Amino acid sequence: MTIATEQSKANAALKTEQWMRMYRRMVMIREFEEQVNELYTRALMPGLAHLYVGEEAVAVGICEALQPTDYITSTHRGHGHCVAKGASPDRMFAELLGKEAGYCRGKGGSMHIADPATGNLGANAIVGGSAGIATGAALSSKRLGTGQVAVCFFGEGALGQGVLYEVMNLAALWKLPVIYVCENNLYTEYTHYSETTAGDILARGTAFGVHAESVDGQDVRAVYAAAQRLVDGARKGEGPAFLVCATYRYSGHHVGDINREYYRSKQEEQEWKTKRDPIKNFTAWLIDQKLSDASTLGGIQSEVRAEMKAAVEFAITAPYPTAEQAEEDVYA
Amino acid sequence: MPEVATRELTFAQAIREALAEEMRRDSRVCIFGEDVAEAGTPFKVLSGLVEEFGRERVMDTPISEAGFTGMGVGAAMTGLRPVVDIMFGDFLTLTMDQLVNQAAKVHYMSGGTWKVPMVLRTTLGATRRSAAQHSQSLHAWLSHVPGLKVVMPSTPYDAKGLLKTAIRDENPVVFFEDKMMYKQKGPVPEEEYTIPFGAADVKRKGEDITIVATSSMVQVALGAADLLEKIGVDAEVIDPRTTWPLDEKTLIESAKKTSRAMVVDEGYGRYGVTGEIASVIAEGAFYNLEAPVKRMGAMHVPIPFSPPLEDVTVPTEQEVFEAARTLCGKG
Repeated sequence: MTIATEQSKANAALKTEQWMRMYRRMVMIREFEEQVNELYTRALMPGLAHLYVGEEAVAVGICEALQPTDYITSTHRGHGHCVAKGASPDRMFAELLGKEAGYCRGKGGSMHIADPATGNLGANAIVGGSAGIATGAALSSKRLGTGQVAVCFFGEGALGQGVLYEVMNLAALWKLPVIYVCENNLYTEYTHYSETTAGDILARGTAFGVHAESVDGQDVRAVYAAAQRLVDGARKGEGPAFLVCATYRYSGHHVGDINREYYRSKQEEQEWKTKRDPIKNFTAWLIDQKLSDASTLGGIQSEVRAEMKAAVEFAITAPYPTAEQAEEDVYA
Repeated sequence: MPEVATRELTFAQAIREALAEEMRRDSRVCIFGEDVAEAGTPFKVLSGLVEEFGRERVMDTPISEAGFTGMGVGAAMTGLRPVVDIMFGDFLTLTMDQLVNQAAKVHYMSGGTWKVPMVLRTTLGATRRSAAQHSQSLHAWLSHVPGLKVVMPSTPYDAKGLLKTAIRDENPVVFFEDKMMYKQKGPVPEEEYTIPFGAADVKRKGEDITIVATSSMVQVALGAADLLEKIGVDAEVIDPRTTWPLDEKTLIESAKKTSRAMVVDEGYGRYGVTGEIASVIAEGAFYNLEAPVKRMGAMHVPIPFSPPLEDVTVPTEQEVFEAARTLCGKG
């Protein structure tokens, strides 16, 4: 066997390992959200939860292209981003239940998970609210010469926020290593985005000279390929990019948004779930390419489910913070 | 104030010197805002900094207050020490989400894991004939928000020492400069010093009445104190220097000693800084007070353009003198 063949075999093995990691991460997100839904229905979870089910390929495809030290900012629909960037589900569930063991000691909750260890600058409950933070992180990276890239996740609802365009303009002027990732899940809360978004979305990036492209957000391989290219470019100093991912939110705006017919049909939901499910389609591809088989993939699913159940148990039994902690962490 | 003879600097020079010293000391400190580089801001406060530190560290931004303030938050979280320049305090309205929902809450919401060591410098003060959108004093809004610190220097000495402290602080600090004070001179020592937050400064010692004054109103209160002296009233003038953290102890102790207190601030009186400080004094010194605490702030109107109209919106020496005289039962 030649050295070249050895290398290509090694590369293929590495690639398979990577695909399997991406599969596992997508399943983790889905199972995580299933548990969240369950916690909510059992009235064990305070507040609201905005589920990421259906959009898994976006977070996983993007984060697979990032280094652990790269930065992300996330949104109110942020559980998927946290998992994809490497957060541990037990501390995430603990945060969702307001427990001291949570990532934010129970002070942030579902919409504010942040974790310096995985470069997660925090989920933001102001739509478009993290655009400045992500761009500022890219400024630090450039000034300090650390080579880090920042990814700013936001939904298409944030296209209505002016601050996004202010920082895109600045990122282009200063050639900052930031990728603006728009998850277009079609619905700005309870309103179809076509009612709120005029003109061509990509043109909103190209107007500033920001490289812009769109990708099928249900295809994790396509998202990963695009992300890898854009992240490499940003890291090399080519400046910012704008990636619009076409995706779909399977659940309502939040877990309590059950009756959705006044803004979208059950038939539409069904079509996305059956024809464009990111996990189903990736599963089929893995099997078709003989990179894995149904029983291995099913095994991963069971493993992940057990892991999530254990994480939920951890969170349920974890203690709440004591009342005096309310006044801690206001100032550093 | 130091005893030794020192050189005099203007308020603007003191600010510039604090920035230059901190930028020499710490390469992470950088400045961004509108016209901060070669122009040195319209007030010329930053003149010369870009020449020394380069455009990598003194960065002109587009007119995008929300955008570059938000970037300040992100940059501060990830290793820089940005000093964000908001030319007029009135433009704070454009930065409010970044300051109030982002900067102020990042540390708390993240359970203490992320920090935002950012300074936002801006201005306050009327009587510059700039009308309603370039003349407001909006420091009360930000003093209201947990997670922010708010600084209001009244002399070149305080401005320099407090700004150096602000840059070294691990929290978001909003630093208000009275734009009418930039040319005012005062002693500033050559040697290194900083001034801690939450430490009020007694600008004039007195026994008969406590006048708490902030920023632009400190000179007004000192002028009023001179007039009061002529009628035999010995006024103590105290400058809290930071509205948050607030040195409640010094204010209360002074009011207990003099038994009369008034608060003068250029923000609007209603729901403002004067109300907060008056309440601190009323709660802390109630049994020692001979009279209700008097408050004086900007007239509750948008700041008008016409000079005779604008001048009556801000407390003057004469008005403070008269109010103090009445409070002391000498009017």
